[in-house]
Amino acid sequence: MKVPLSWLREYVDLPAVTAHEVADKLTAAGLKLEAITSHGHDVKNVVVGEVLEIEELTGFKKPIRHCRVEVGEAMPREIVCGATNFAAGDRVPVVLPGGVLPGGFEVGARKTYGRMSEGMICSERELGLSDEHGGIMVLPAGTPVGADVVELLGLRDDVIELEITPDIGYALSIRGVAREAATAFGVAFRDPADVEVPATDEPSWPASIGDPTACDRFVLREVTGFDPAATSPLWMRTRLSRAGMRPVSLAVDVTNYLMLELGQPLHAFDRARLQGEIVVRRALPGERLETLDHVVRELDPDDILITDESGPISMAGTMGGLETEISDGSTDIVIEAAHFSATGISRESRRHGLVSEASKRFERGVDRELPLVASWKAVRMLAELGGAQAGAGVTHAEVEVTPARIAIPASYPGRVAGVPYSKDTVIARLRQVGCTVTDGDDPAVRKGGVAPTGVVTGGALAAKLAVTGDDMITVTPPSWRPDLTDPNDLAEEVIRLEGYETLPSVLPSAPAGAGLTEGQRLRRRTGRALAEGGYVEVLSYPFISPDDFDRLLLPAEDARRAAVRLANPLSEDEPLMRTTLLPGLLKTLVRNVGRGFADVALFETGPVYRPRPNAPETAPVLGVERRPSPEELASIEAALPDQPVRVAVVLAGEFERSGWWGEGRQASWADAVQAARLVAEEARLELSISADQHEPWHPGRCAALYVGDTLVGHAGELHPRVIEAYGLPPRTAAMELELTRLEQAMPGPVQTPAVSAYPVATQDVALIVPDFTPVADVEAALRDGAGELLESIRLFDVYAGEQVGEGNKSLAYTMRFRAPDRTLTVEETTAARDAAVALAADRVGAQLRSS
Amino acid sequence: MSDYDPVEVTPLHADEVSRMEADAIAAIKAADSLDALKQARLAHAGDRSPIALANREIGALPPAARAEAGKRVGGARRTINEALAARQAELEAERDARVLVEETVDVTLPWDRRPRGARHPLTTLQERIADAFVAMGYEVAEGPELEGEWFNFDALNIAQDHPARSDHDTFFVGSTGSGMVLRTQTSPVQIRALLQRELPVYVISPGKTFRTDELDATHTPVFHQTEGLAVDEGLTMAHLKGTLDRFAEVMFGKGITTRFRPNYFPFTEPSAEMDLKCFVCRGASAVPGNPPCRTCKSEGWIEWGGCGMVNPRVLIACGVDPSRYSGFAFGMGIERTLMFRHNAEDMRDMVEGDVRFTLPFGMEI
Repeated sequence: MKVPLSWLREYVDLPAVTAHEVADKLTAAGLKLEAITSHGHDVKNVVVGEVLEIEELTGFKKPIRHCRVEVGEAMPREIVCGATNFAAGDRVPVVLPGGVLPGGFEVGARKTYGRMSEGMICSERELGLSDEHGGIMVLPAGTPVGADVVELLGLRDDVIELEITPDIGYALSIRGVAREAATAFGVAFRDPADVEVPATDEPSWPASIGDPTACDRFVLREVTGFDPAATSPLWMRTRLSRAGMRPVSLAVDVTNYLMLELGQPLHAFDRARLQGEIVVRRALPGERLETLDHVVRELDPDDILITDESGPISMAGTMGGLETEISDGSTDIVIEAAHFSATGISRESRRHGLVSEASKRFERGVDRELPLVASWKAVRMLAELGGAQAGAGVTHAEVEVTPARIAIPASYPGRVAGVPYSKDTVIARLRQVGCTVTDGDDPAVRKGGVAPTGVVTGGALAAKLAVTGDDMITVTPPSWRPDLTDPNDLAEEVIRLEGYETLPSVLPSAPAGAGLTEGQRLRRRTGRALAEGGYVEVLSYPFISPDDFDRLLLPAEDARRAAVRLANPLSEDEPLMRTTLLPGLLKTLVRNVGRGFADVALFETGPVYRPRPNAPETAPVLGVERRPSPEELASIEAALPDQPVRVAVVLAGEFERSGWWGEGRQASWADAVQAARLVAEEARLELSISADQHEPWHPGRCAALYVGDTLVGHAGELHPRVIEAYGLPPRTAAMELELTRLEQAMPGPVQTPAVSAYPVATQDVALIVPDFTPVADVEAALRDGAGELLESIRLFDVYAGEQVGEGNKSLAYTMRFRAPDRTLTVEETTAARDAAVALAADRVGAQLRSS
Repeated sequence: MSDYDPVEVTPLHADEVSRMEADAIAAIKAADSLDALKQARLAHAGDRSPIALANREIGALPPAARAEAGKRVGGARRTINEALAARQAELEAERDARVLVEETVDVTLPWDRRPRGARHPLTTLQERIADAFVAMGYEVAEGPELEGEWFNFDALNIAQDHPARSDHDTFFVGSTGSGMVLRTQTSPVQIRALLQRELPVYVISPGKTFRTDELDATHTPVFHQTEGLAVDEGLTMAHLKGTLDRFAEVMFGKGITTRFRPNYFPFTEPSAEMDLKCFVCRGASAVPGNPPCRTCKSEGWIEWGGCGMVNPRVLIACGVDPSRYSGFAFGMGIERTLMFRHNAEDMRDMVEGDVRFTLPFGMEI
């Protein structure tokens, strides 16, 4: 909402304060300053001149005039001018040499078109008054020559732009802002709506309300004999421009001006184009209307329409119809001022993608008492400014509405604030808002119903919202505050006007909490471990493309292809929610490589979105007047996809850098698997690793990661075709595992091991196994065979070559034995080692390698 | 004793012992290496050295002469051993000095074989915020990112036709009528916390949120918020202010100036915006004539987040009796907090995953 300060001052006796000071007070009241635009403060030396003589210069590409202009100085000024819309004797604004026009544009005396020009004759645009630049501005005859134009035309003004929150529709008007400013400065407010409207029984154009849920007040008045050629006065055009609306024509400008001033949207119909009684109703099936913007709109049965005998003529509160629009030739005008359902207009506006100044106001709530006043002011202005005859009659259709009333203890606002307010303060503040306040409780306030504005009040909900206590007061909010329905709304009004800055700052003492959960701790440890391990965390967008599944080589039946689709994705290319973290990570890796970082290791932790099989397609939208039942809540959960948290890494280039110390080490499948072990260790779990073939990994370099019998993820080198499809560096490796599954498998607290003080006994063994034998199996056999005396086992060499025979490999292990209660004898350790070797021989055919 | 014929034992003569001692000292002095000293030790103090042999002869002397000879030989041996030890120490010191010099390295050489990674600042900032509240007794609550519309809007008093609902540029899941959205705010976690937890509830919930904004320097369609909720008996706006003042202090340091300004949110009533006094210009840029400030756009204040008293309608939708319980809630943007706290200027850096952006933030923020 753009508020010219001069307009505001018309209705509030503001002290001598700057626009900034006004804006600060309004901000503190909840009308937040967006910007202040100053007009005309830099303008100087612009005076009224009288054109004495005009000489048309010839020989130029366009008409040029050399004028002598009387400006109230000793001598007339010579001024060259390119406009031709004035005649000798006209009074015009003249900027003299040394003068300044808006925007700091300095004007001097100079020679142009072969003549001296001592200044400039100005257009409205040049003076910053409007966008009018068709010619220079001709002032009314009799305007005193030499007068200061800045003062005369009110060039100087500040426009305060305010952000108006959706609850306070009344502040989308000078009237509303003026009321807030008056309260904020503690000065008088003159209500522009406070005018005497003569009572009459004479009707205007016939009208009725066909649907009481659509509209609860509908007012028509008319004028005849309007002069279509009449133009809007400069002051009106200036205010409209500065308030952000384009002046159009007198009839339209009057409706806009009053909307800005009062907050009541008005619509003007060409009386000659109306046919029969006007009825406000919802659309009938198949009805259409061509609106002012020349779009033929298919109407929805829920749309609120203004209709006559010909059918729809206007979309209520949103946009008028083309057929009945006033035109350049309209002389008889019917003015509509109505109060429509806020939710009805909100839906209509959204359904048709039509946001207008009118719809913005209606959906935020318009003062129901305004239509009679605003329409009266409109016909008065059309009569005064457009030479029209104001019709004496008024058509007033209305639906009876009981105003909302709220009963609260006088102490309630203080209870919400945490600082006591006296009863007098509470009542005074509520009255400043415009409320009527009476002493005592009125149980009728809780009888309830649904207001035509759509706000649910009363009934079971009102009973639940009710606050009781001693010293009750009953409050009737003013007609311009339909947002005040609940006790807390009143509390806010009192607290806000007393000033949020006066609230004390008190730290509440929460009960002792349990700290982070095991799962939350695990996610932190995981992130830290991976970062310490060389990986950089990224947070990529969870949007992916169906093409990603192809790039990842996922088979047609792969569960990861079943993805949640967005109805309105940002990019049509990426309409799906990720079912794997890899695409985002791989694209980020490519981006880093492209920026010159060939050695990259990245990780991400976050949910994937996995639709549940046979899930319902919709999640019900439940009621809000009570706690939903467990079954109702379960019906929402059932529709939501599973959203387990995963962790994934990708890495390429050197994982250990080369340098002056020698060669580095390329990132490999082994690092990816190790990253999985790192994560599992943080969950105090040991991974079982086995070879797998699982896209997008290299079929010969892919590890399946298990916790017990539960598959938790995969790791290894990516498939060369995946590497090619994403443009990744060769041998890029990746790991992805489901942290949620690790969380579920996490064992309880670590049990303290017994630390034996007896000496260790070490035995090395070398085993020959067929080279396809997984090392994990050999080690498991050795562990199982060695029994409890085994303290640790470590593979220190893998050898393949002539000495162990074709198709074999040799695995050399160091086994450390220790007993908790004694020094082991050589016989004991040898027996344990032999048992280990024997089991390895039994399980995987391992043979002891003779040294 | 008269028939006792004392044998003249030449090595034990004083002259002889003195000579042995002198020889030994000379040899020790002459030893110029630890090896040479070892030879000298063998030759002059070893088992077969003249002085050792002389020592053995003492037993052959008449008892009367033994004491004197013993004294003489013992003195010489002590002198020799002392000389050996002294020379040993000298030579070892020389050797050590030489070897340590030889082993000198250039300690300024780089050693980045295994560079460390880093955690994303938005993650660590969320953790830091959570920690600040956990220290106040809060617990960290969680909820799904793909959320039921009822949780994201209706239960928060944002009815289907509420103007605030269209202000949220919402990603709809499946179709617009599916009842499922990508949550536009972390506030649905309030509802889940109230439905799942026993009262009183004090929770903080940082997390990811989504709106259909195009990515630019100050917008991203995927962003982060932190939600706070306290529902208890007797909670007031003063408690809300106290909590957020403390929070601001933890995040931005002591001396930060805050202000509450009336605002509107459907799920709180009364509602407020929490502004921070611009810590770059300290509010000066808002005064006309002063130089402009990029951080606060010359408003003097920075909007940090919304807050208010939980709307009793929200409590009712969660089955909480508003005549007994009241509460407050607040929500702050994590990206904005990062921008203010760490002078991050471009949100694109936060989403692109460039390692140069993330690495300096390390493990904690």
